[in-house]
Amino acid sequence: MIFGLPVISVTIWLPIIFGILVLATGNDKNAPLARVLSLVGSVLGFLVTLPLYTGFDRTTSNMQFVELHDWITRFNIHYHLGVDGISMLFILLNSFFTVIVVLAGWQVIEKRVAQYMAAFLIMSGIINGVFGALDAILFYVFWEAMLIPMFIIIGIWGGPNRIYATIKFFLYTLLGSLLMLVSLIYLYNQSNGSFEILDFHQMAIPMSAQIYIFIAFFMAFAVKVPMFPVHTWLPDAHVEAPTGGSVVLAALMLKVGAYGFLRFSMPIAPDASHKLAGVMIALSMIAIIYIGLVALMQSDMKKLVAYSSISHMGFVTLGFFIFNAYGMEGALLQMISHGFVAGALFLCIGVLYDRVHSRQIADYGGVVHKMPVFAAFFMLFAMANSGLPGTSAFVGEFMVIMGAMKANFWFAFGAATTLIFGAAYTLWMYKRVIFGTISNHHVEELTDLNKREFFIMAILAIMVLAMGLYPMPFSEVLHASVNDLLIHVAHSKLPL
Amino acid sequence: MDIQTYYLLVPLAPLCGAIAAGLFGKWLGRKMSHRITIAMVGVAFYSAVQIFLDVMNGHQFTGPVYTWLVSGDTSFHVGFLIDRLTVTMMLVVTSVSLMVHIYTIGYMSEDPGYQRFFSYISLFTFSMLMLVMSDNFMQLFFGWEAVGLVSYLLIGFWYDRPTAIYANLKAFLVNRVGDFGFILGIALVLMVFGTLDYAAVFAKAAAHASDAAPIAGMSVNLLTAICILLFVGAMGKSAQFPLHVWLPDSMEGPTPISALIHAATMVTAGIFMVARMSPMFELSDTALSFVMVIGAITALFMGFLGIIQNDIKRVIAYSTLSQLGYMTVALGVSAYPVAIFHLMTHAFFKALLFLGAGSVIIGMHHDQDIRNMGGLRKYMPITWITSLIGSLALIGTPFFAGFYSKDSIIEAVGMSHLAGSSFAYFSVVAGVFVTAFYSFRMYFLVFHGEERFGKAHAADHHDDHAHADDHHADAHDDHHGDAHDDHAHHHGLAPGQKPHETPWVVWLPLVLLAIPSAIVGYIAIEPMLFGGYFKDAIYISEHHEVMAELHEEFHGAFAMAMHSFTSLPFWLALAGVASSAFFYLKRPDIPAAIQKRFQWIYTVLENKYYFDRFNDWFYAGGARGASTFLSKYADRFLIDGMIVNGSANMVGKISGVVRKVQSGYIYHYAFTMIVGVFILLTIRNWFA
Repeated sequence: MIFGLPVISVTIWLPIIFGILVLATGNDKNAPLARVLSLVGSVLGFLVTLPLYTGFDRTTSNMQFVELHDWITRFNIHYHLGVDGISMLFILLNSFFTVIVVLAGWQVIEKRVAQYMAAFLIMSGIINGVFGALDAILFYVFWEAMLIPMFIIIGIWGGPNRIYATIKFFLYTLLGSLLMLVSLIYLYNQSNGSFEILDFHQMAIPMSAQIYIFIAFFMAFAVKVPMFPVHTWLPDAHVEAPTGGSVVLAALMLKVGAYGFLRFSMPIAPDASHKLAGVMIALSMIAIIYIGLVALMQSDMKKLVAYSSISHMGFVTLGFFIFNAYGMEGALLQMISHGFVAGALFLCIGVLYDRVHSRQIADYGGVVHKMPVFAAFFMLFAMANSGLPGTSAFVGEFMVIMGAMKANFWFAFGAATTLIFGAAYTLWMYKRVIFGTISNHHVEELTDLNKREFFIMAILAIMVLAMGLYPMPFSEVLHASVNDLLIHVAHSKLPL
Repeated sequence: MDIQTYYLLVPLAPLCGAIAAGLFGKWLGRKMSHRITIAMVGVAFYSAVQIFLDVMNGHQFTGPVYTWLVSGDTSFHVGFLIDRLTVTMMLVVTSVSLMVHIYTIGYMSEDPGYQRFFSYISLFTFSMLMLVMSDNFMQLFFGWEAVGLVSYLLIGFWYDRPTAIYANLKAFLVNRVGDFGFILGIALVLMVFGTLDYAAVFAKAAAHASDAAPIAGMSVNLLTAICILLFVGAMGKSAQFPLHVWLPDSMEGPTPISALIHAATMVTAGIFMVARMSPMFELSDTALSFVMVIGAITALFMGFLGIIQNDIKRVIAYSTLSQLGYMTVALGVSAYPVAIFHLMTHAFFKALLFLGAGSVIIGMHHDQDIRNMGGLRKYMPITWITSLIGSLALIGTPFFAGFYSKDSIIEAVGMSHLAGSSFAYFSVVAGVFVTAFYSFRMYFLVFHGEERFGKAHAADHHDDHAHADDHHADAHDDHHGDAHDDHAHHHGLAPGQKPHETPWVVWLPLVLLAIPSAIVGYIAIEPMLFGGYFKDAIYISEHHEVMAELHEEFHGAFAMAMHSFTSLPFWLALAGVASSAFFYLKRPDIPAAIQKRFQWIYTVLENKYYFDRFNDWFYAGGARGASTFLSKYADRFLIDGMIVNGSANMVGKISGVVRKVQSGYIYHYAFTMIVGVFILLTIRNWFA
């Protein structure tokens, strides 16, 4: 409880209320006010999530901070919130990144400032809702609502080709979600009128139905992750999105898809999950290897990092579907770390873009001469993206490779190729952008990070290193839930 | 002070130095930065000595510092294993690092990246210490990759040279190929043993000696697989054939780090690792044979390449490759103590040779081509004498450090009965002649003979690949008037200019390293190899009695040296020195004639057996080609073009057609309805 209010509700509604307040400041004459208000909102929004961590009981996998109220009694739909080890950290991560994104847009966004900031604040609340919801319809509402602010962010503050990207992004994700709704309604009927996700977990479901349910959920979640072959919306969306949009897209949006697998697909349809694990692993391996290769020759920095994101998310789905503790905890840690690292890389690219207005690798070269501090930060994040030990990205990759070896030598073999490809595409890009002699007058005129940018980079650098050197605080909250989920998934739910 | 405090001080002191110079170097200034980092490495060295004394009193330590992660029921932690093997490495690393830190004051004095350089080498010292002090595979991998990172940063230290930033990327990626095997090996260890702690793994190793699992349709002995995969990591880090290609290029980095990282310490990490894992390697003769053959190939064939190099640093680089091959061969024949012994002596004399080369380079105003040198002994006496000591140690002159370690390796290989040991024996013996030849070729060309410096550069100078690129870089720099011009300016002495001896910060480390290069072998051979020095830090199976046989043959350090005068390696070494003296002092026309006569051999050697070409074409080119193809055709055309946008277009077209039907005219609808009714009736009648 915070001031007598339930924690999760506060984490959802406080940013949304601030978002509405920011909207109320109106046009760009009041931009300074809008900025300050959104900063206050996002910082408060982050602070109120802290009790989730400090008050979290690490010994149990039960839902905590539960809130249960009637909502639509006619259909037995509840306003039911709660977190366990799997979802809790993402609420913190999300609220953390809201602060970062508000800061990142501080001077860069000059038009429709209030609307821009408000979109991010509102989206922050909605994403918290996705992670906190325990009622399937409540989840679905947040899930779909999440699209709207992102649609607006890319569509209004995006690049020249933003309309194509937004439509593609919207249709892709919407189509997947509709099938999820169908299977939620099926589950509602089968469970004699319950929309409780936890009730779905306990239901016995015949194999054929499990497979349909799994596929329907897969359509929704795989698009969000995104998994091969439904990934092509992501590079376009990233390229067109403003920096803040890319950060939230990479750090949070992709995670809700992976989260869905853990909250819905696997516990509701465990037998189908086992049966289709081969396919899931194959798709994950394709993501790791094929997408890693595709990333190599991208000429647009954002596209390169977008492909690298897909490749890294392949680790997440691989970790899930090898069904062991190393893999699953590794995958969850990878999700958190990828938030930091990919978010930081998009911010780095944003720093360059704000100055030169190009994302093309070929337009740079020798940036280190003019921006040594920036180059140092970029180096750290590039190394993290290559999975260097001591950075957060190593933790997840390492654990997933360990888990994959337990399942099958060749899974580990394929996953470990990221050591080579990941380093190749990231460091080759770094070399062409940062090293060398100053290549043109745009680079010649570059100025190093200002205080605001330095602050953002420093915070992310600290997070990346802290998590890499001491991942225990992140992993210990996952344990009970992951262990229980693994036990749950190991038991057949076929009707006797 | 509590001994455990020293354990922490050893790695953390250099880390503090690195952070101070790296983050606050601007405020601290040059002097404060080097004072702090040197003091911190000094603290580490002092602590290492304290620990050494403690360990010699029979103490050992293994235990966690903090728990890194717990997953399932496995806990991963960061911890230290302090035994005699560890403490030997700690002494080598901290002492060479201290020398290099001092030397750097002189060598980098005019470089704008002064503080950054100190920060990097201190960070390297930290990483290397974490690697050797680790008590588990996870932390080993951390140190392993961290030294790789610093190596990457330092090779590319002069980041506006195209050759340097090419070399550092290459080094990192080739190392990553090794690490790819290494992490798979670690994962297999975890799978088989359920833990990554050395102590637990080694204790259970024998019990799992015959575990097998099907991989790729064959039943594979898991322990053999683990050992070979781990060794693939060592092949990357210790630059063994065919992953050796990065080391010669790494010479693009400043000379102090060539000495510290690419000769004395980092590249020996693989050797150390295999010695550490001796309880596992001892259980697999297949893996040992593999190790030995790879080492033998590296020892001989990389030596050949040293003969034709003209860049002073590249000669020493190939020599390093060859010497690493010797160490690897020693590992393969289960003579782990000998390998570590050679690692130690090599660390001293090779660091000495590199730092000596750096001193020559300063004297020559950054000209590295030995064809432009000659007669330097008159102008740089300290550098001359110390380099001579280093060269004598390298070729295995009796009584010098390198003699004891190298001769022991050769004898050990001669006693081995493993598959492939006769080839290995041939390689290491033939390698003696090659080593002596290229070492003294360089020595004579640099310090003796005609003074060739200060003249206009030879026309063929520009054929040299590295130099050609360097000049290219210079052109760029001059164009932009960059801050790095002190290094990018035209190399070499002006006509009439003479080289001078370097300042004391440069020559003092040379002298301090020359002492162990001369005597450490004589002192250390008996206790280290035969006095049970390593105790249980190294395990040797009863089936591999090479060390025991060596012990039988050994009758004291003096007798060993005296005996060698009648042995083949000594005469081969002498022949190597004599022939290089003849060729390069008396009759310089002969090498040129040979080169002309056997042009094809020369071409093969000059192209380094075409490995770089092949890798560039096959791996780098192949990956780029595959990437372009997949990106263009699979991702953009097939998935995005055909399926995604294709289905969107399809929907668009169908809706276009359907839209026409919805014309809004009543008679269209009525007509459609009538047709529909007819069709429905027809169908009904068919089925009825």
